[in-house]
Amino acid sequence: MTESAPLLLARGVTKAFAGVTVLRDVDLDLHKGEIHALLGENGAGKSTFAKIVAGVHRPTRGKLSLNGRQVDISSPLVAQKLGVTLIHQEPISFPDLSVAENLVLGQGEQGWFSRVPWAEMTREARRQMDQLGVSIDVTKPMRGLSIADQQMVEIGRALASGSRLIIMDEPTAPLTPKEVDTLFGIVRRLRGEGRTIIFISHRLEEVRALCDRVTIFRDGSKVATDAIENLDDAEIIRLMIGRPLKEYMHKHNASIGEVALEVEGLTLPGRFQDVSFQVRRGEIVGLGGLVGAGRTDVACAIFGIQPAESGSLKVNGKTVDIRQPDDAIALGLAFVPEDRAVSGIFRTLSVEQNITAAIPGRIAPRGFIRRAIEKLLAADSVRKLRIRLASVNQPIGELSGGNQQKAILARWLLAEPGILILDEPTRGIDIGVKAEFYDIIGELAEQGRAILLISSELPELLALCDRILVMAEGRLTAEIPRAEATQEKVMQAAVPRQQAGIAA
Amino acid sequence: MQEVTPARPLWHVILVRPETMTFVLLIAAVVVASQLSPYFLDISYILRSFTLSAEFAIVALVLTMVIIAGEIDLSPAANMALSACLFAWAQASGIPMPVAIGIGLLAGLAMGALNAFMVIALQLPSIIVTIGTLTLFRGLAQIIAGDKSIRVPDWFIGIDKILVFGIPMPVVIFVLAAFVLGLILAGTIFGRQIYQVGTNEVAARYAGIRTRRIKLVLFLLMGLVAAVAGMMTASRLGSVRYDLGLGGELQMVLMAMLGGTYIFGGRGTILGTFLAAWLLVVVSTGMTVANLLPAIQLTVLGVLLIVAIIATNFIYSRTQR
Ligand SMILES: Nc1ncnc2c1ncn2[C@@H]1O[C@H](COP(=O)(O)OP(=O)(O)OP(=O)(O)O)[C@@H](O)[C@H]1O
Ligand SMILES: [Mg+2]
Repeated sequence: MTESAPLLLARGVTKAFAGVTVLRDVDLDLHKGEIHALLGENGAGKSTFAKIVAGVHRPTRGKLSLNGRQVDISSPLVAQKLGVTLIHQEPISFPDLSVAENLVLGQGEQGWFSRVPWAEMTREARRQMDQLGVSIDVTKPMRGLSIADQQMVEIGRALASGSRLIIMDEPTAPLTPKEVDTLFGIVRRLRGEGRTIIFISHRLEEVRALCDRVTIFRDGSKVATDAIENLDDAEIIRLMIGRPLKEYMHKHNASIGEVALEVEGLTLPGRFQDVSFQVRRGEIVGLGGLVGAGRTDVACAIFGIQPAESGSLKVNGKTVDIRQPDDAIALGLAFVPEDRAVSGIFRTLSVEQNITAAIPGRIAPRGFIRRAIEKLLAADSVRKLRIRLASVNQPIGELSGGNQQKAILARWLLAEPGILILDEPTRGIDIGVKAEFYDIIGELAEQGRAILLISSELPELLALCDRILVMAEGRLTAEIPRAEATQEKVMQAAVPRQQAGIAA
Repeated sequence: MQEVTPARPLWHVILVRPETMTFVLLIAAVVVASQLSPYFLDISYILRSFTLSAEFAIVALVLTMVIIAGEIDLSPAANMALSACLFAWAQASGIPMPVAIGIGLLAGLAMGALNAFMVIALQLPSIIVTIGTLTLFRGLAQIIAGDKSIRVPDWFIGIDKILVFGIPMPVVIFVLAAFVLGLILAGTIFGRQIYQVGTNEVAARYAGIRTRRIKLVLFLLMGLVAAVAGMMTASRLGSVRYDLGLGGELQMVLMAMLGGTYIFGGRGTILGTFLAAWLLVVVSTGMTVANLLPAIQLTVLGVLLIVAIIATNFIYSRTQR
């Protein structure tokens, strides 16, 4: 790590939204050529700090200097000119334009009516992707790319505009382990070139593997900055949540009952083939595999979002026909989707409305909404899941990512489902809440509910599940009982057949 | 750990409500207009002026709900003309009056169903669909009525002359409709789900909301209400021509926009459109009593619309930063 003058100097940075202070007097120095992690609970202010540096938000108070010169980063455009790029968790490029267009967009200094030099643009874009060492067809539209590839394009864009500070807000959350490795390789190379990277993640092991120094936020204040070697996990957690973490991931002891959900030969051509399994009452069944293995598609088929073409579904022993989510809900199913921004939240509507969205019958017993009941239910959920917010009337889009996730979870817990399908439910949730969340899942199973847990986090599957199913390329490849489950076994079944030979 | 932070201040909440700007403009318009002319404060004059656009205002209430749900319908004015023409033509060719009215209403419903089919089943963008049907309905009206006007029976004429406690009937209907629709939109699950569908249709589906059914109901309601409005216009004018309500769709959209409805869905209120309808009448009567040229009047309306939209968007985005 170089010990030259710091690249970024933040002094007394404070941010308040409508009178609510969410970031308090943050002082932070970033060196050239370091990877600096931001850690903290959900709502601690990590994203807010990142957005201030990237010109998305303006600080209420405080100063920023870049390279020893005080700067006023008043917009993302100014940030880009100063060499600061924020890579959002959900890539926000132009989905219908090609990769090349996205890469080169807004960089040239052409006049409005000058011809677009397509050939040149494509060549330039290809060169940039080669530099990153990834193979992406730059003439394809962004929409068709995997999230990992979209991230690569964003990184490419940051490099093309000569960014010296690149901020990545939870970049690894939606990636497969292999994609994470690729990303880490690139990030390390960027560090080698003397660039500075801010890396936000809830996964301590990633931070340990990648970062030089960490800064820990709690309740909007910076509580510590130190080299990663000087802090052990327990210390980091204590700094993050202000108390030691309680023991978690212990196995509950629910009694396993009759079959609640039975899937038989479910097929949707191109997505998944011949998927059959059972989930019993009181049982937690894990569904592992790599991102893109078809797990989400199976869940969507069961829940009626995109029904399967053939195969049958039985709920509590009866064959059912689920054509749309409404039918599934009536049968006591609930589904917490993976992509909360697209299929979870109503961004501009109140937290309260978001939480009660799936239980219209309960908040409006005679057709008219009873505000008192709704308030009570929402406030209850907020307390139980410790959702951090200013008011339940606040638009949910103003909550931090992890707190939005908790609100969506609350929505489905209120529906009191007999069968609960969870798709990557702990993505973006902090360590403390994760522990509580595992407790909740255990409790739900003890109450006799059947739970299907889709997760890419192996430790989570191994610790929580009675049985683990594994999918690869649209097929079930393994069913591993708890006693025999190991990381290796799950991974082995998750790797697609063709690649297995090469990888070994 | 401090979990509870103070809620945002009340003035803030009020300021970002979509109809606040409309209300402010309405007050300003009343003050200015009463300065321009002493006749202006004659309530019965304003009420009478209102009857001229009451039919559009009634349809604009439903249009508000359609826009909040994330769709748009530009065909209702043409729908008014076609259903009124069918009704007038039916009764003129000897069909008993109640049946003729029934034909008009059914025609309105059918037109709503056609829009709904193309938007929901064929998944076409509603703006394109309804520009198409707007032309189609107007064309059919012209085929049926030619360029003659069809008279309606004397007893059917003059809905605007009927007074309830001194208030013209169309105004009474508008107020009642606003009350009922406002209650539905703000107080029922159906209303709530309209906002949810308009905010994020995918998330609404995942939450078990029947998004297609909601849109179907809205388009059908739109067709039915447009037919009613068409017949109210026929009663007020005493005869029906194919160009009945020509250009009305723009006035309706104007009312919804002035009322703070967000064109991309998810935001807006019935109260806003209600106030905006009055605002438009106050401004245009104000300008008439002040002897402004019609051309200038149109310009003023345009400026008003732009000011309202910029102001609401500005306030809204300021609170987001
Ligand atoms: N636009 C906004 N309006 C009001 N409050 C906001 C806004 N954006 C963020 N907040 C609040 O600021 C606090 C910090 O949010 P931030 O997104 O920075 O948290 P975070 O540390 O990134 O959490 P997570 O790990 O969940 O992503 C939260 O309590 C959030 O509700
Ligand atoms: Mg965040």
